Amino acid sequence: MIDLSHLRGDFPLLEREINGYPLTYLDSASTTQKPVQVIDAVDTYYRTINANVHRGAYTLAAEATDAYESSRAKVADFIGASHANEVVFTRGTTTAINFIAYGWGLNNLGEGDKVLLTVMEHHANVVPWQIISRYTGCSLEYLSIDDGFEVDLTTLDDILDERVKVIAVSGMSNVTGALGPVTALVEAAKAVGAIVVVDAAQLVPHVPTDVSQLGADFVAFSAHKMLGPTGIGALWGKPDLLERMEPTEGGGEMISDVQLYESRWAPVPHKFEAGTPPIAQAVGFGAAVDYLSKVGMADVRDHEQAITRYALDRLADIPDLTVYGPPDVERRGGAVSFQLADIHAHDIATILDQYGIAVRAGHHCAKPLMRHLDVPATARASFYVYNTTEDVDTLYDGLIEARTVFGLT
Amino acid sequence: MTSLDELYREVILDHYRNPRRRGSLSGPHVHAEGQNPSCGDEFFLDLAVEDGVITDLAISGQGCSISQASGSMMADNIVGKRISDVREITRKFKIMMSIEDGDNPVDPERPGSVLGDLESLQGVRKFPVRIKCADLAWTTLEDALDQTTE
Repeated sequence: MIDLSHLRGDFPLLEREINGYPLTYLDSASTTQKPVQVIDAVDTYYRTINANVHRGAYTLAAEATDAYESSRAKVADFIGASHANEVVFTRGTTTAINFIAYGWGLNNLGEGDKVLLTVMEHHANVVPWQIISRYTGCSLEYLSIDDGFEVDLTTLDDILDERVKVIAVSGMSNVTGALGPVTALVEAAKAVGAIVVVDAAQLVPHVPTDVSQLGADFVAFSAHKMLGPTGIGALWGKPDLLERMEPTEGGGEMISDVQLYESRWAPVPHKFEAGTPPIAQAVGFGAAVDYLSKVGMADVRDHEQAITRYALDRLADIPDLTVYGPPDVERRGGAVSFQLADIHAHDIATILDQYGIAVRAGHHCAKPLMRHLDVPATARASFYVYNTTEDVDTLYDGLIEARTVFGLT
Repeated sequence: MTSLDELYREVILDHYRNPRRRGSLSGPHVHAEGQNPSCGDEFFLDLAVEDGVITDLAISGQGCSISQASGSMMADNIVGKRISDVREITRKFKIMMSIEDGDNPVDPERPGSVLGDLESLQGVRKFPVRIKCADLAWTTLEDALDQTTE
C-alpha cells in the first residue's frame, strides 16, 4: 500500500478535536480538507497580488491576471487538455453542467430528441436536463443499475438511436462509488452522433483523468472536492463545441463589444466567465492541482483503493451492515454507502459524531438512486489522500457503539 | 448518563421500533404532510375531528428514530383530546425543545408527567441539528389542526 500518512501534517483542520475526540474526517466526497499549500496560496494572493483581472493597465492587475490564467493552465494540464482555453472556470460542477444544458442544450435540442442519463446521477446531472426538457420538449431516458450497483448497459441498444443527442453520465457515483461506463457510452454516442457529458465531480479528484483519451465532449468538476477552495470548478469542453456553445450568463468580461441592442462575445473561454471571476479561488485551485500532481494521481488512486478495500473488509465484519456499492475496488472509488440494521442513517451520523467521526447521512443529492435502491437514506464514509486505515478502525469502533446504543448486541 | 444515552432513551427506541397508530384513516379526516428536504424525513398524518375533539388519527412516513418516535408519541398523546388542549400541548412541547420561547414547563432534573413520554425527547436539545427531526410531527400536526378550523 502506498503510504501517504506523511501528508496528514499538511492539513491543519485534521488536528481539530470534535466532542473531545480527534477528528476522523470521512466526508471527502462532500468536500475535502485543504492543505496549507492551498491556504497559503489564497492568503498570499490576497496579501500581495489582489486586483481585478483582464482590465487594469497597471502592474498589479497584470499580476492578478497572470495568476488567474496560470491556474487555468495548471488545471488544463492536470486533466490532459491540449490547451488552457479548453478550460472554463465555473462556480463548480453544478454550474458547469447548467452551462452545458442551457448553452448547448437550448440551441441543439428539440421535440423528439432524447437526453440519456443513468439512475445513479447526482441531482446536478438530472435537474438541469429536466429544466431544458421543459423548454425544448426533448425527453429524458435512463439507464438503470444492475445488482452489482453498476450502470446496466443491457438496455442501451433498445434506447440508443439517432434521437439521442446527449449522453450525460457520472464518472463515479457519489453514493455507491461505482465508476461510470464512460468508455462504453462514448462508443455508443459515436454511433449515433450524440455528445457525451461527464459529471466528473468524483472522478477527477480521485482517478487519473486524461480528457484527450477519455473521448467525452464535456467534463465538469469542482475544486473543493480536490483540496481546492469552494466557489470554483471547471468545465472542460472540446474546442469546437465550446466555440458553438452560447454563454448562459451575460455581463462584464465576457464580451468583445457591446452596443445598445446587441453584443459580440469574447473568445472562449472568457465568453463563459461573465463578471469578476473567483480569482483567489482560481489561485487556490491551481495550488490544489500542484499538490495533487506532486503526490501523483496514480498514487492517490492506489492509496484510496487500499483504504477502500480495507474499509469494505472491516465493514463486512459488522453484523447487519449492508454496503451499497461494488465490492471490487478496481470498479469503484472511495465513497462507501451503507446501512446498519434498523438504525437510520441520521442516527448513525449523530452517534459517530459524538466520537469525532464525520460521515454524511441522507440521500446524497441522488434521490432517484435512493428510490432505486429502495432506501430512504444511507450513511456514507468517503476517503481521500489524508485518510488512513486507523480512520477506518475508528469508524468500525463507532459503528459497534451505534449497535450498542440501539440495543443490538 | 452520556448525551447519547439521553438522546436514545429506551422509550424513544421503543416508539421508533413499534410506532403507534400507523396507517391511514378511511372515514372523514384531514390530511397533512411534513418533510425535511435536507434529510428526507417524511411524516404523514390523518386526523379525524368531531365537535372540536380529536377522535382518531393515523400516521405514516419514514425517517430517523427521533422524527418517527416523536410522531408516535404525539399520536399516543393527543387522541381523545380537545383541539384547544392539543394546541397547548404543542406549545409546551415546542418550548421544552427550545423551538419556541417560554419557560420550560418540564424540570429537566425531575421530569414529570406534564408531557408524558414526550419528555423523553428532551435529550434532543443537546443536539441542535436534530431538533428539526423532533419538530417535524408537530409542525405537521399544526398544519392539520389549521385545516380543521378553515
